[in-house]
Amino acid sequence: MHSLSDAQPLAHQFDDTDQQRRAVSFGMWAFLVNEIMFFGGLFATYTVYRVLYAHAFHDGSHHLDITLGTINTAVLIASSLTMALGVWSAEHGKRRPLMAWLLMTLLLGGVFVGIKAVEYHGKWVDHLVPGPGFVWHGEGAQHVQIFYSLYFAMTGFHALHMLVGFGLLTWLIIDARRGRFGPAYYAPVEMVGLYWHFVDIVWIFLFPLLYLIGRH
Amino acid sequence: MSEPDGRRHYLNVDYGVRSWLLTTDHKRIAILYLCSITAMFILGGLFAVGIRLELLTPQGDFVQADTYNKLFTMHGVVMVFFFLIPSIPAVLGNFLVPMMIGARDLAFPRINLLSWYLYVLGALFTLFAMITGGVDTGWTFYTPYSTASSATNVMPTAIGIFITGFSSILTGLNFIATIHTMRAPGLTWFRLPLFVWAHYATSLIMVLGTPVIAITVALVGLERGLHIGIFDPALGGDPILFQHLFWFYSHPAVYIMILPGMGVISEVVTCFARRRIYGYGFIAASSLMIALLGFLVWGHHMFVSGQSQYAALVFSFLSFFVAIPSAVKVFNWTATLYRGSIAWDSPMLYALGFMGLFTIGGLTGLFLAALGLDVHVHDTYFVVAHFHYIMVGGTIMAYLGGVHFWWPKITGRMYPEALAKVSGFVIFLGFNLTFFPQFILGYLGMPRRYHSYPDEFQVLNVFSTAGASILGVGYLLPLCYFLWSLRYGAKAPANPWNAAGLEWQTLSPPPTENFETTPVVTTDAYDYGPDGARATPPEAAVA
Amino acid sequence: MSDSAHHGPTLGVYFAVFAALVVLTGITVAVAFADLGALNNVVMLGIAVTKATLVVLFFMHVFYGPRLVWALAAGGFAWLVILIGFTLSDFLTRVAVG
Repeated sequence: MHSLSDAQPLAHQFDDTDQQRRAVSFGMWAFLVNEIMFFGGLFATYTVYRVLYAHAFHDGSHHLDITLGTINTAVLIASSLTMALGVWSAEHGKRRPLMAWLLMTLLLGGVFVGIKAVEYHGKWVDHLVPGPGFVWHGEGAQHVQIFYSLYFAMTGFHALHMLVGFGLLTWLIIDARRGRFGPAYYAPVEMVGLYWHFVDIVWIFLFPLLYLIGRH
Repeated sequence: MSEPDGRRHYLNVDYGVRSWLLTTDHKRIAILYLCSITAMFILGGLFAVGIRLELLTPQGDFVQADTYNKLFTMHGVVMVFFFLIPSIPAVLGNFLVPMMIGARDLAFPRINLLSWYLYVLGALFTLFAMITGGVDTGWTFYTPYSTASSATNVMPTAIGIFITGFSSILTGLNFIATIHTMRAPGLTWFRLPLFVWAHYATSLIMVLGTPVIAITVALVGLERGLHIGIFDPALGGDPILFQHLFWFYSHPAVYIMILPGMGVISEVVTCFARRRIYGYGFIAASSLMIALLGFLVWGHHMFVSGQSQYAALVFSFLSFFVAIPSAVKVFNWTATLYRGSIAWDSPMLYALGFMGLFTIGGLTGLFLAALGLDVHVHDTYFVVAHFHYIMVGGTIMAYLGGVHFWWPKITGRMYPEALAKVSGFVIFLGFNLTFFPQFILGYLGMPRRYHSYPDEFQVLNVFSTAGASILGVGYLLPLCYFLWSLRYGAKAPANPWNAAGLEWQTLSPPPTENFETTPVVTTDAYDYGPDGARATPPEAAVA
Repeated sequence: MSDSAHHGPTLGVYFAVFAALVVLTGITVAVAFADLGALNNVVMLGIAVTKATLVVLFFMHVFYGPRLVWALAAGGFAWLVILIGFTLSDFLTRVAVG
């Protein structure tokens, strides 16, 4: 099997492949900092309303399916592992394992989004989707609706990021199949990995904040 | 622009439309930005004409109140998001940062092009909103009016701002990666031109702040479209939360607008005083301090909104603090002028104008930082005058000064110097006549965003409108003579100002790859001064 | 520079971190069902921060990377703290009128 991975494409603006690596790494990290602040706005909104409407958040959280949420957390953590193993495989020139790990990551991500779809459907059926169809029996309906607005906004933007991740993973799988990655050049795998881990970190915070409010 | 000697450079290497619209050359992208932001500036200026015409008379007789609300909203949206924020970074920064560090291009040329397309797409959404009825919420989009009550085109405007925000973020990412990793051999951080430091600090703000406005307008859109309650008190939301999220970005945004201008001033002042910059380290550090402190003061926009008094106290204190690094810069530029050999070329006139007008604007910011005073002048013309002194007297003058300074490099042509000096004076005169009366009006109590006012304010308003017409002429002049110069201007040498800086060591206009060979840097940035390599002042520029 | 960028954790480290993340997830769910009063939130957040730190340091290679990347990552989170902290400082210090 001929390996293209020995030739690292060097973009014209860079002097050498090391500079290219460092620039790409910097660029991706700066982008992730931007993403931290993007979700940060949502987390700030959540924090304020959690403080103001603690009781309503408590009630709203109880209607989330903690089992599905926990499974999803485990699934996403596993996908982070498989992604990291994918990067490791690329670094060590193992083409088949690389593709397998990338596929696994994609599959686990798909499971996550699938479970989320099940959850969203459940909320729809229970009339807990904010808007004109929202129904809440009990006090503080308005504030519970805010909880659910944040639930959908935060998990929704998170899921959108997952979908983008699926696109990136697919692109990587196609390129991996062509033998583009190896010890000399695997920066794209690494960069997509950084993105994927970031999306995992967002969920690491979303899970307790949304699902685990005062379940005692 | 054909060259008799057949020299190929970045402008004539290909004349095709595709070669422009699909370019990845940072210099061509800078020109693309130059064209689009000039168009948006003219649009924003037209809205200002409407405002000033209405305010000629105390009665609301030129336009309806609702129309007036749309005029000042759209003036603000266009000028802030589509002119001031991109102007210097996207035009001068894109063109010069790679050259100043001896690189062939930015780190991510295709992302650079993408950022321009995002800018244009965002502008199109906003233009659509304006053409099909306009927006009347004020550029600040305060809730619940923007989410629940306003019957105008909030959604497309919000979408336009969201998209353009990513243009800003991508530019910032590009600069950060480029400045960190692509400096020429020998170019250590403390040998960088201060223009580069300024853009680095600006890029940090772009990356850290812009995503917050993005998510905020997204939430406004969700609330408006789906009637979910995040900011609407009728649905349990808190409008003050909107203001916190909005100003978290929009205050640092003003530092995005001014820091690059300060970078321009450092370059121009040193060249035309023939002096090394005084206090290089302090100016570099102050850029970073402004970026940091600028994120800690946003509550000073909310002193009368219902914010907690204790938070207000902290924000007030920090707002006084953030003035210090700006003052440090002004002191250092002034010290640079001292015992310099001053040349009065037009870029220098703009820089000197900047220093004076920015100082006035900045000092009036201290008035606003003081809690008690702010209660009196909040939402009056005092605030309007304050920010126009900084954004127009500051940023736009720096932008024009920079365009004049680097025009020979960018286009290979000299502009008519005498006319440039005249325009500079007209702009300075028109600007002060427009905005100084507004300080007085505000202090006397005239509120902003009102289309009618008590009779006793008319005289000052007439002065202001007269000034605005002069200012408009002042802005039209460079538009005309710059275009004229493209065909009839004298050919520019590589270094018409005998300026230091790597960008001047290549031809005017530069070749596509900027440098024949990567330069090696052995000296500090401002090699002026009697023992420096650039001791000799420039030959008089060809008029 | 390029050497450190190429180094990463060993396979063993990856699996250990994964195990830790799973265990921490279990703990956080268990703690949710226990009544620790105000400590509940502290423990939850603490565990989340620990998990995130593990992912950043080892899955994202920051532990092995140049210090500038540490600075970028830390800076991002610091800015998040500024946003949330200063905003909360308003809401938490409001005094009821009347």
